[in-house]
Amino acid sequence: MSKQENSIVAWIDKRFPMTVTWKAHLSEYYAPKNFNFWYYFGSLALLVLVNQLLTGIFLTMSYKPDASMAFASVEYIMRDVDMGWLIRYMHSTGASMFFVVVYLHMFRGMMYGSYRKPRELLWLIGMAIFFVLMSLAFTGYILPWGQMSYWGAQVIVSMFGAIPVIGETLSNWILGDFMLSDAALNRFFAYHVVTLPGLIVVLVFVHIVALHQVGSNNPDGIEIKANRNPKTGIPVDGIPFHPYYTVKDIVGTVVFLIIFCAIIFFAPEMGGYFLEYNNFIPADRLKTPDHIAPVWYFTPYYSMLRAVTVNFLWIDAKLWGVILMAAGVAVFCFLPWLDRSPVKSIRYKGPYFKIALTLFVISFFVLGWLGTQTPTPLYTLLAQIFTVVYFAFFILMPWYSRIDKTKPEPTSVTK
Amino acid sequence: MTDSFDRGEMSGRRRFLLVTTSIAGAIAGVGVATPFLRSMMPSERAKAAGAPVEVDIDKLEPGMLLTVEWRGKPIWVLRRTEAMLETLEKLNAQLADPDSLREQQPAYAQNMTRSIKPEFLVVEGVCTHLGCAPTFRKDIAPADLGPDWLGGFFCPCHGSKFDLAGRVYSGVPAPTNLVVPPYTYLSDSRLLIGAESKESA
Repeated sequence: MSKQENSIVAWIDKRFPMTVTWKAHLSEYYAPKNFNFWYYFGSLALLVLVNQLLTGIFLTMSYKPDASMAFASVEYIMRDVDMGWLIRYMHSTGASMFFVVVYLHMFRGMMYGSYRKPRELLWLIGMAIFFVLMSLAFTGYILPWGQMSYWGAQVIVSMFGAIPVIGETLSNWILGDFMLSDAALNRFFAYHVVTLPGLIVVLVFVHIVALHQVGSNNPDGIEIKANRNPKTGIPVDGIPFHPYYTVKDIVGTVVFLIIFCAIIFFAPEMGGYFLEYNNFIPADRLKTPDHIAPVWYFTPYYSMLRAVTVNFLWIDAKLWGVILMAAGVAVFCFLPWLDRSPVKSIRYKGPYFKIALTLFVISFFVLGWLGTQTPTPLYTLLAQIFTVVYFAFFILMPWYSRIDKTKPEPTSVTK
Repeated sequence: MTDSFDRGEMSGRRRFLLVTTSIAGAIAGVGVATPFLRSMMPSERAKAAGAPVEVDIDKLEPGMLLTVEWRGKPIWVLRRTEAMLETLEKLNAQLADPDSLREQQPAYAQNMTRSIKPEFLVVEGVCTHLGCAPTFRKDIAPADLGPDWLGGFFCPCHGSKFDLAGRVYSGVPAPTNLVVPPYTYLSDSRLLIGAESKESA
């Protein structure tokens, strides 16, 4: 039996690098032995991606990307398609959970300095995945063609109209019409089910290739490749990814799925945060809902958009809002070059970094909450203050990270 | 030939061929991209749907707002009362562009009432901030808009305010007045919205 198996493997290996690939990326890929809780979210993001691809395919079998039929076809999935409600809730809950795990994954990187040399490109590829994920969420949210789909898209596409000179032509080109209509719905469907999923799968593959080239970071932020066993050449602090971390990730997967299923079965709308109530009303292009807010994962950036109320230099408040919102997302790309600390991990960084990161997290949550509320003068002021704090974390980093009192890094990983 | 390539040298002839081939390839790339990019512009059908619309206004009571659809946008026709028209002048100090200097209207609507006839206001019901549809709030001094509110339009999305001529207040997110579409009177009781004469339509 095993002899026959080996001969099959040998036959394949001559024609395709199967065993070599398995060893290089799993059974002989040495990851630091001190991974903690925060290291679950990469594999969980992959799990959610698979969930979205799989449920998405089945949703396209019953959904109709036509402005006159889209809303009804979603209701058809919910009521008449056998188990359709489950597949749709898996997809809609998966969208929110994708952002939960990706935000935690990014926060892990910020805590342990995973963006630092030699992982700058790995971080940038991750940011590209984040941009594509945001585009996927946006295009997907339009498809049910409810009131929030319609007016959310209207607001986002109007932002391109704020660009001087080319703005109007650009928004007509994006919409394929002079307003948000069937043409836009149809093409956003094409992006959501073909272009963007294809792109994100390729980028995730490239992300993992880049990770395995430089090796994983760890909670101590030291390079395990610098300390190898002289005989075997294997890092002293490394353990093979398979079976050690595949087994660990299965535990994470089980816990995650328990939470995931609880949301699907008991709170799929999550009090209006995962699925907004106004989106249960068909799109009406003559009437804007009294209160519009994006889904929770966009609200921190939405707050920044609204925070600017004064014209500044030769740019008006509207365009400043759009610029600030885009900058709020893009600014993460500069982290590898903003951080001048001699150490990577928060464990050895000093009080300035810890305070700055805490303030950043607080401002992210406050901006996120403000984005769900109707603006009042007080809320607008709060949004302005916390937008400044958010950006200060990045802009002041070259200074506070350099003068911070750091502790010496160990030569070998700790518990 | 292979020898010089292996040595990493580049003759003048090879360099020339490489550069010209790359340029030709880039031009071909732009050419191939053109039909795809152009296919995404508004189609002939979408352009044709922009035809002007005729509106009957003789049944519109004073103080009432009529919404019609033109190019998929809500167009408001507001029949203003004398009292409504009197509010316009009082608000000048609170507005960003009280004299409608920015080109948000045809020349024939660049006046105090932003209309051809003072009684009838015709504007696009699309907020100039991010495209939401503002609500018509003719109630005087309601609790949410404050004691100074004399009636106008309020955008629920980001709190922009406009007066009864569609002029924007200062200090709100919307940068400009509401857009007045091209329109004309076919008779005293019939409006043509979207064109300045029957022929040009």
